[in-house]
Amino acid sequence: MTPALNIINVNKNFDGTIALDDFSLEVPRNSITGIIGPNGAGKTTLFNVITGFLPLDSGKITFNDKNVARMPSYQIMRLGVARTFQQLRLITRMTVQDNILLSFQNQAGEHLKNTFFFPGRVKEEEKRNEEKATELLSFMGIEDKASDLVEDLSYGQQKMVSLACCLASGADLLLLDEPVAGINPETIDNILSVIAKLPEGGKTVVLIEHNMDAVMQVCHTVVFMDEGKKIVEGVPESVRNDPAVLKAYLE
Amino acid sequence: MEYLLHILILIGIYIILSVSLNLVVGYSGLLSIAHAAFYGVGAYVAALLALKLHSPFLLNIICAVILSGLLGALVGIPSLRIRDDYFAIATFAFQVITFSVMNNWVSFTGGPMGLPGIPQPTIFGLEINTHYRFLSLVFVLGVIVLWVCHKIVNSPFGRVLKSIREDEIFAQAQGKNVASCKVLVFVIGAGMASVAGVMYAYYISFIDPTSFTIMESIFILSIVIIGGAGNIWGSVLAAAVLVILPEALRFLGMPSSIAANMRQIIYGALLVILMLFRPQGFIGEYAFKK
Ligand SMILES: Nc1ncnc2c1ncn2[C@@H]1O[C@H](COP(=O)(O)OP(=O)(O)O)[C@@H](O)[C@H]1O
Ligand SMILES: [Mg+2]
Repeated sequence: MTPALNIINVNKNFDGTIALDDFSLEVPRNSITGIIGPNGAGKTTLFNVITGFLPLDSGKITFNDKNVARMPSYQIMRLGVARTFQQLRLITRMTVQDNILLSFQNQAGEHLKNTFFFPGRVKEEEKRNEEKATELLSFMGIEDKASDLVEDLSYGQQKMVSLACCLASGADLLLLDEPVAGINPETIDNILSVIAKLPEGGKTVVLIEHNMDAVMQVCHTVVFMDEGKKIVEGVPESVRNDPAVLKAYLE
Repeated sequence: MEYLLHILILIGIYIILSVSLNLVVGYSGLLSIAHAAFYGVGAYVAALLALKLHSPFLLNIICAVILSGLLGALVGIPSLRIRDDYFAIATFAFQVITFSVMNNWVSFTGGPMGLPGIPQPTIFGLEINTHYRFLSLVFVLGVIVLWVCHKIVNSPFGRVLKSIREDEIFAQAQGKNVASCKVLVFVIGAGMASVAGVMYAYYISFIDPTSFTIMESIFILSIVIIGGAGNIWGSVLAAAVLVILPEALRFLGMPSSIAANMRQIIYGALLVILMLFRPQGFIGEYAFKK
């Protein structure tokens, strides 16, 4: 079976700073891959390059065998990729439910033609999506927050909402940038249990995380990167005990 | 009585202008200073068609909306698709160019002398020849514009517009085609502004370039900001207040030469006071939510 995501010899530099150095990675379908590495290793840049928010200098990235390098971000997302941002991004002055509703793909109501000429269809779709949003929020255990403004939520709850948005998009590939950093242990467990269930639902996950315990708990494969290069790749236990990784995490 | 109707007609025209600009600036976060240019395009298209081809009102209004929308696309596509840092400047340039075409193409637009003698419109055999009928027509068009804007901002498309205003990167990450949504809303705003221009030309029956200057664009923008960006009803209220204000000054017995300056001062002061004490405008965006 072809990998869900295939990153081949990708290079990216910023005015001389090498952020990705001949980076390659195959991500198998229905798996959870963890990316670890020190600050400035190029992890976030990798996500930005995959999702088209930054152009790559050279190399190739395929998603479901389709070359996505140099595609505009929104088109990559429409192919079935969803992501969260390290600096959380959500529409903070909208309700939680509206953020989720925004994330559903292929909405008839986003075409004005339908709003004016097929209002019944738009209304029905909106009602269906609202039900789906409620379901999703109950699945995440935050259904009571549906009509709160995102800005009134705690940081951990906001991280849950951004994960819920990824799920609402129906994407097959989820790229999560530090999904549990900076939040309380209880919410961490909550988020990890949601992530752990994703592969059985047909989803592929790549996550960036500094929290080693979290990575050990949910990832099938772990990649350690530094200075834009992939240093070690393997099952969680072996990567954790790799001398290069031990050295980096002791420093 | 005619005076009162006259004021109401002007209010109606400014409601159309400010509500449509609010769609662009307030809801979508696109700073346009070309609204008076599109207003002028509507007025000139209607006046020229009515004077030169004697074509009927409804056809002229359709032509005005189409041409204005096309010009909106011409300005919006390059400046919004590639990089939108230059959007405000592009609208500024369009405003300046449009004014100079109106002012300098004397053989076609009449230049500074303008276009006098625009005939009164006829709709399905009904002549719009009294203030009362003009008011009814402006009212109908105003309600249509309000209804369309209301539908747009409360639709899933409106939700996308707001998300673009708040965080474009997030909108893209949710698979939204940000550039094309921006172009579309700008084109719609341009088309609506031209409707106000058509009404203005027919109602006053004389147009010249001074009604469609950059100062006029800024005046419409002030209405949007004073009323509350992102709230349609704020624009309606502020349009009424800002149209009535100079008239009220006149009633205070102020000579018109001073009143004109006073008007500017009061608008300026109103803006400053609002920015200090009520930055969200008369009615803020979230006024009707909890
Ligand atoms: N948009 C950018 N412009 C310039 N330099 C950047 C940009 N994004 C990241 N970098 C640089 O690239 C390197 C990798 O950064 P990043 O991918 O954010 O690392 P990580 O997520 O692993 O901490 C850093 O040296 C960072 O300063
Ligand atoms: Mg990072």
